[in-house]
Amino acid sequence: MKQAIVIALLVVLAATLSGCGIQPWVKPYERANIADPIMSWNRDPVSSAYLHHVYDAREGARGGAGASGGGCGCN
Amino acid sequence: MLREAPKWFPRALPGLLAVAAAGVAGAAVLPEDRADVLYHEYSGGGVTVNGPSVLVRKQVGEKFSVVGNYYVDEVSSASVDVEMAASEYSERRVQQSLGVDYLRGGTIMSLSYANSSESDYEANTASLSISQDMFGDLTTVTLGFERGWDTVGQSTDPSFERDVDRRNYRFGLSQILTKNLIATLNYEAVTDEGHLNNPYRSYRFYDADNPDQFNLASENGKYPRTRTSGAARVGLKYFLPWRAAVYASYRYFDDTWDIRADTYEVGYTHTLDSGWVFDLSYRHYTQTKAEFYADIFERQDQQNFMARDKELSTYQARTVGAGVSYDFLENGWGFIDRGSVNLFLDHMRFTYDDFRDATAEGYAAGEEPLYEFDALVTRAFISIWY
Repeated sequence: MKQAIVIALLVVLAATLSGCGIQPWVKPYERANIADPIMSWNRDPVSSAYLHHVYDAREGARGGAGASGGGCGCN
Repeated sequence: MLREAPKWFPRALPGLLAVAAAGVAGAAVLPEDRADVLYHEYSGGGVTVNGPSVLVRKQVGEKFSVVGNYYVDEVSSASVDVEMAASEYSERRVQQSLGVDYLRGGTIMSLSYANSSESDYEANTASLSISQDMFGDLTTVTLGFERGWDTVGQSTDPSFERDVDRRNYRFGLSQILTKNLIATLNYEAVTDEGHLNNPYRSYRFYDADNPDQFNLASENGKYPRTRTSGAARVGLKYFLPWRAAVYASYRYFDDTWDIRADTYEVGYTHTLDSGWVFDLSYRHYTQTKAEFYADIFERQDQQNFMARDKELSTYQARTVGAGVSYDFLENGWGFIDRGSVNLFLDHMRFTYDDFRDATAEGYAAGEEPLYEFDALVTRAFISIWY
């Protein structure tokens, strides 16, 4: 499974990099909506870091969301 | 039998770095200068954890941005695990971190260090990441490495001291697909080595001589000394014409302890012209148990590895979240560009498939009701940008 994911990532990267000749299909002046803070995955870092910490402490799974490690005070 | 840790990801990292470095540079920007003061609280299952978190970020010159965070957990716990084996306790954890981001063309390099300290656990974490914008800034690739070295203690035995070595490898891809749609893909591999036991939880086993028909092992659970996990997450976020956003994401997780987890999340953000922002979210998490987990074992020392941590059992967690934010000083005031006040509440419900409430009376051992509990997570914070 993990190898399949990395191969998929490399294919995506290779496909992206091989498209150097492709012009950006969303022009800079068309990115007002994408640049809106509500489109951020991490609008308020102090708040989302805490929620990810709660999930990491209470659930068996971990990672994949960019949260940092450390103690959890969760005995 | 536990699976061997895969070793391919660390080997693949230099290749990924080279691929990323070959990208066509765009023009990245440093994060905005801001300060946040947050009060957080987790309350549920007999556990209350609360405290402040203060984060300050400031640009230095044209190319550097520094960030610092001071975070406190005040813990008081009488959870079902604690009730079984020990008495209620309280403790304090303090985490401090410092980071710096360096901007060069379309690249941002980030370096950070964090220390977390509590009476029986000391954690140090150093991390490095590189983020590259490419193809007219439609694509951002991020690679990260984190190293942690922890010291595990035990409040009942001051001489107890064990080490844990942690390594995280991260890959991220953010892609603008249309002028309203953005996609993200993240992968994180984590390897842990050392004393991974929870030092306060033991396992239980059948014991016909005991009035409860079961007994608690005098020693802690027995865990493997290594654990390697992988988590892949994919997400889509779409901007709606009335200045709102909707998103969906899925995360797959598995590890060498045989835990497999799926996480689904959807959310909606709604804005009003008057400065109000409303958030709604739903998150569904399921996991299968670790290979060496059992609610009750047949006998003491039944196998090499034994654990009864409910976080290693088969269970579901459903989270319904709601948030409200209000933007103020949108035209600035003095050195402040703008600010916001925010309140987020998340209600979590945990339901276990193979973890029983061993404190329930009047049941035969191993036939107690399955455990379940609710938790409320509160985040209240104020932010200013300057």
